[in-house]
Amino acid sequence: MAVGDLKTNNYCDFIVDREQERCIQCQVCVRQCPYGTNIYKEADNIVVSDFSLCTGCHRCEAMCPTGCITIRRNTSQFREHANWQAADIKNIYKQAETGGVLLTGIGCDKDYPIYWDHILLDACQVTNPSIDPLREPMELRTFLGRKPDTLEFEEKAGKISLKTELAPQLVCDIPILFSAMSYGAVNLNFCEALARAAEASGTYYNTGEGGLHRTLFKYGKNTIVQVASGRFGVDKAYLDAGVAIEIKIGQGAKPGIGGHLPGEKVSKEVSLTRMIPIGTDALSPAPHHDIYSIEDLRQLIYALKEATDYTKPVSVKISAVHNAAAIASGIVRAGADIVAIDGVRGGTGAAPTMIRDNVGIPIELALAAVDQRLRDEGIRNQASIIAAGGFRNSSDIIKAIALGADAVYIGTPAMIAVGCTVCQKCYTGKCPWGITTNDPYLAKRLNPDIGAEQLTNLLKAWAREIKEFMGAMGINAIESIRGNRERLRGVNLTEKELKILGIKHAGE
Amino acid sequence: MKRVYPKEDACIDCKLCEVACLVEHSETKDIFKAYRETPRTLSKAFVEEDGPNSISIQCRHCTDAPCIDACITGAMQRADDDSPVIIDRDKCVGCWMCIMACPFGAIQMDVRKKDKHKVSSKCDLCPGRNIPACVEICPNRALFFEDRE
Repeated sequence: MAVGDLKTNNYCDFIVDREQERCIQCQVCVRQCPYGTNIYKEADNIVVSDFSLCTGCHRCEAMCPTGCITIRRNTSQFREHANWQAADIKNIYKQAETGGVLLTGIGCDKDYPIYWDHILLDACQVTNPSIDPLREPMELRTFLGRKPDTLEFEEKAGKISLKTELAPQLVCDIPILFSAMSYGAVNLNFCEALARAAEASGTYYNTGEGGLHRTLFKYGKNTIVQVASGRFGVDKAYLDAGVAIEIKIGQGAKPGIGGHLPGEKVSKEVSLTRMIPIGTDALSPAPHHDIYSIEDLRQLIYALKEATDYTKPVSVKISAVHNAAAIASGIVRAGADIVAIDGVRGGTGAAPTMIRDNVGIPIELALAAVDQRLRDEGIRNQASIIAAGGFRNSSDIIKAIALGADAVYIGTPAMIAVGCTVCQKCYTGKCPWGITTNDPYLAKRLNPDIGAEQLTNLLKAWAREIKEFMGAMGINAIESIRGNRERLRGVNLTEKELKILGIKHAGE
Repeated sequence: MKRVYPKEDACIDCKLCEVACLVEHSETKDIFKAYRETPRTLSKAFVEEDGPNSISIQCRHCTDAPCIDACITGAMQRADDDSPVIIDRDKCVGCWMCIMACPFGAIQMDVRKKDKHKVSSKCDLCPGRNIPACVEICPNRALFFEDRE
């Protein structure tokens, strides 16, 4: 063992604080930790912990029947230094030992401004009445897809009917969809829970780039199938199975970076679904090798539309990058019906830490810029916008809709709903909560019956809260707040930020 | 009658059912004291595991219970067809014929000599509780207390 190993072992991040008086040696914690942190010493009849292995996932703490475990931060500190924080120092130690790229999961954990917390919503007082959502009907129904420039009607034998041919639409009972999480990165139990919750809530989940497992075809009417650069699991049946197709160009957590599903996660079922050999790494190239321009993108959009007989809207998902607005404009002109934008705080199963934390822009700014650009160019009606990346609660969502989103994608909140504690170790494939793992011993921890209930409850709760916001603002349809930035005010923002967000400062 | 049914797909091998069963059948029914009792109470539920597969085993309280037929002293008994199969510890002589006869391996030996002699030990469906302790504690809905006939 080198001194370097001692450093990474002893400068551990978390302490498993076990109150030995309350420990009954039942060993639930021993069996629940997939990292082997908790160890039973039979000779002494005592459970001890190797702190260096703890990832701070809190699984043992949650499962302990006597509540004897508290996971806390290791308070051992390096000398204070504004430039050299503990995480930076430890990262260098790790890389000096391994020579490897630092990996992580979930979304960016850096302290960049969260603009949602600097935006406040309006409400009615005296002159325009607010509405009680428990007494009055509230409409959250959202149609995603291309809207016509004008509507033409025709009259035949005294009956008036619509002459304009409408493009295919996704009908969402709530403006919240589950974002793309691929089978392989997450396990089948979680996919099934998402699918069932989407079905119960009248919304959609997204397959991600991992193909569609044969047992999930029955949830097709609530499924958006994704076509990414790896083209895993894509065939005619797959395209036909869902109600919309999404071309994934980028992901908020790792803009410009491809995907890498380690071979260990490619089990028999994943291999069948992805159509790759068992145990081989599933590598998604950084670019689509057939897309090097907007014209190329147009070809793929229309190839997919042609393949599905123009019956399904096609979405294009990009990371929020510096010139997202111009790219979005190109995407709409290329024929996409939906543009999905994933901000810097968007999640991932695995990404290089430095990329995750330093590439991309916040979704608030990207969303406002894209919406404004499409309006300025007079093409906003030609595509719906789905915003993604870091939504934490219903207020973030209604603010996003007021900023111009038609709907939002949620990924991390869905995982948290089924137990995730945001420990950021998804890339290890050993998720103690049974979400981002295909190890059958661990995957069982996510019971799809329970998961579907929890996800349905979360959507129900957020929908109720959104209705409360709408009622307070005196509106009874989500359409009335969509893109209505007049109902937003900024606090603690600069002139430039307000200008990009297109909102007034509080008090104006 | 209502019985405890395990769901193998959802069993996560945490063995909290064993903990809850032990506490429920202990003298004090207090988790801290129960684990310090000597001799310690036996859990009547036990999790069998093989790799990723695990399942919590309890007495099935069979309609036509082989253990009752096998019992040489009449210790293994039930009040009527709708009652759980229970053991009269005073009558049991520890011959283990019930263990031989049980097709589910749900009966175990209690050799702690708490009652001065060896006896058989098995699930009694937690008399006095509406839902057996193991079913109540199961964190992943792997145990159901239902009438499935």
